[in-house]
Amino acid sequence: MRRAGLIAPLLVFLLLAFIGPVVAFLARGVEDDAVAPAFPRTLAALADWNGQGVPGDPTFEALAEDLRAARAAGTLNPAAARLNTDRSEMRGAIAAAARAVADPAGGPARDAILRADPAWGESETWGAIRRAAGPWTTYHLLAALDFKRDAAGAIHSDPPEQVVFRTVLARTFAISGLVTLLCLLLGYPVAALLALLPWRAAGLMAICVLLPFWTGVIVRSAAWMALLGHDGPVAGALSLFGPPPALLFNRFAVVLAMTHIQLPFMILPLLAVMRRVPRLQWRAASSLGAAPVAAFLRIWLPQTVPGVIAGALLVFLQCLGFYVTPALLGGGADQMLAYFIGAEATRSGNWALAAAMSLVLLGATAALALVAARPMRAAMARSA
Amino acid sequence: MLMRALFAAACLTAALCAPARARDLTVVSWGGAYQDALRKVYFQPFTEQTGIRITEDTWQGGIGVLRAKAASGDNPWDLVQVESEELLLGCEEGLFEKIDWAAIGGQDHYVSQGVNPCGVGAIQYNFIMAWDKDKLAATPGWAEFWDVARVPGKRGLRKGVKTNLEFALMADGVAPGDVYRLLRTDEGVNRAFLKLDQLKPYIVWWQLSPQAAQLLGSGEVLMTTAVNGRITAVNRSEHRNFGIQWTGSLYTVDSWAIMKGSPNAADALKFLNFFGDPKREAQLTEILPYGGLAKGANDGLPPEVLAASPTDPQHLSVSLQIDDAFWRDNLDKLAKRFDAWIAQ
Repeated sequence: MRRAGLIAPLLVFLLLAFIGPVVAFLARGVEDDAVAPAFPRTLAALADWNGQGVPGDPTFEALAEDLRAARAAGTLNPAAARLNTDRSEMRGAIAAAARAVADPAGGPARDAILRADPAWGESETWGAIRRAAGPWTTYHLLAALDFKRDAAGAIHSDPPEQVVFRTVLARTFAISGLVTLLCLLLGYPVAALLALLPWRAAGLMAICVLLPFWTGVIVRSAAWMALLGHDGPVAGALSLFGPPPALLFNRFAVVLAMTHIQLPFMILPLLAVMRRVPRLQWRAASSLGAAPVAAFLRIWLPQTVPGVIAGALLVFLQCLGFYVTPALLGGGADQMLAYFIGAEATRSGNWALAAAMSLVLLGATAALALVAARPMRAAMARSA
Repeated sequence: MLMRALFAAACLTAALCAPARARDLTVVSWGGAYQDALRKVYFQPFTEQTGIRITEDTWQGGIGVLRAKAASGDNPWDLVQVESEELLLGCEEGLFEKIDWAAIGGQDHYVSQGVNPCGVGAIQYNFIMAWDKDKLAATPGWAEFWDVARVPGKRGLRKGVKTNLEFALMADGVAPGDVYRLLRTDEGVNRAFLKLDQLKPYIVWWQLSPQAAQLLGSGEVLMTTAVNGRITAVNRSEHRNFGIQWTGSLYTVDSWAIMKGSPNAADALKFLNFFGDPKREAQLTEILPYGGLAKGANDGLPPEVLAASPTDPQHLSVSLQIDDAFWRDNLDKLAKRFDAWIAQ
């Protein structure tokens, strides 16, 4: 109880300043609350529609009444904006229909609405309204993976020219994996050297490893921009051997800078584990006749596996959320998921889709952490 | 003591809550160097001449802000400078007063793109092609922009679907007048994306308008699309020799709109009447390279200022107005397709 009291202030702070807002934001990825306030009668009339063809006259009458009421209440525009993300002619169709039925005594709603915009003669238009009924929805989550339901409820992939988020998700994992691998290949020898050197000599090197820690990610990414740019020193040096290749705004620049930024996160866990490996064992292996390679493979490597897993996991999971480095150094085909989350939230104002994409990323990250936790525990247990 | 403090608090609250019945005309624009120029050319002279005081505010745009202001019941804004998209949506949604054109000199006082049922044109600016004349002596058009075989080098484009589809079709030989008719068909959209495909390996994307000038200045790209004002500003302040190709450029207009129910609507109209003086609009164009929309706003401008003005008749005759109705209806779908295309 007393212990709980000690951490209570931090818990309350986290709850209010972090967990609460994050949950509230992520909830928007599964909420659908824009259309129901504007179209209550239409949604009720559509409840037992079979998704085929065009609904009957009572639905049109309900829609006309909804349009008049929603226009007066100011709920029509948010609803139209939400439906337009589903089908791009909805905003125009709703505006046209609302004008057409503005006068309650203007005759049968069906004729007026169908005349106003031919989109009302398609079943998918009505399907879009029905699947936006809320209050909870899988619409945004499906959209975050380029899937969509049709009026009858079956799930289809978007046409190939509209598939973007699956490509980006795969790319996010591919870049993160490559950076993790490079960090491991570069970081492992450095960590081993640091572990084997006397503490005083290692101290200076450790500071060199840590130095990038104290510089912001944006600063380091911008520094790479200056280095790799068209008029930068690298291009200048390479131009001695002919026209320099493009160094900036491509995958090479992104992977290079991310590897540089993430290296300390690989080296430090490795170092922590390696320093615990008794050096006597190495000598014992040699004196028992093991060649250096065998001693490394059978004595050293197995005992450093927990560090490898911890470092790789740390680097990989951090890479998944990278935003600014690809944005500054990458081209159009090098942007990762975080960039698209940002673009949906700020450029398109589509917070629901941004939240759904965040959920997808969070889910993938959590799943991975769970999968990796088991071998890490096993390795820890072996080396302990 | 306590009573006195309470009394003071009550007085303060009353003063704050009292409806500002005779509030000043509140004018809202984009802030920064532009609003400084507005103050010098319009706001201060207007108050001196008419005695009507102006309170300034700034904003960054967004239809949601206007909706919130209009719905709040006690809207502090009277006259707001809006982008064409906000003007279109806000007028449809009834957020703005209809303009009483007779009170401000009639619609004929303005060029046609400055006239809207809910808005009076304030400034015009163009999305143009810019290149570094020190590196490329010829004058490129959209065909050359796409022809990397004949004019080798990278190209800068704004990272977004709006304007790029139009430019691609013009590069493919479509007359400006046919661009939006074609884009309203699937074939037209496919054709634009196919054309963009050809250029894709050579494109460097920019997002904010200063980046375009910066890419050009550093030599990262040989040509780029850009907002005209930024290129002229760099030419003037950094003495660069950047060329602007007005042929095949896209223009848009920011307008003044009067918020629905404004108690100062009459004063706002007086201000608009004052604003529409072509001589004053010419003064603003001399400070910043944005075009005035009153007829005659270019009269008497020095040649080098006129050459930078988007409303120079020679520039106007070769540029195309961005079709806001098209983008209102199609942006969601085309932006997704653009994202998918760029991600491949």
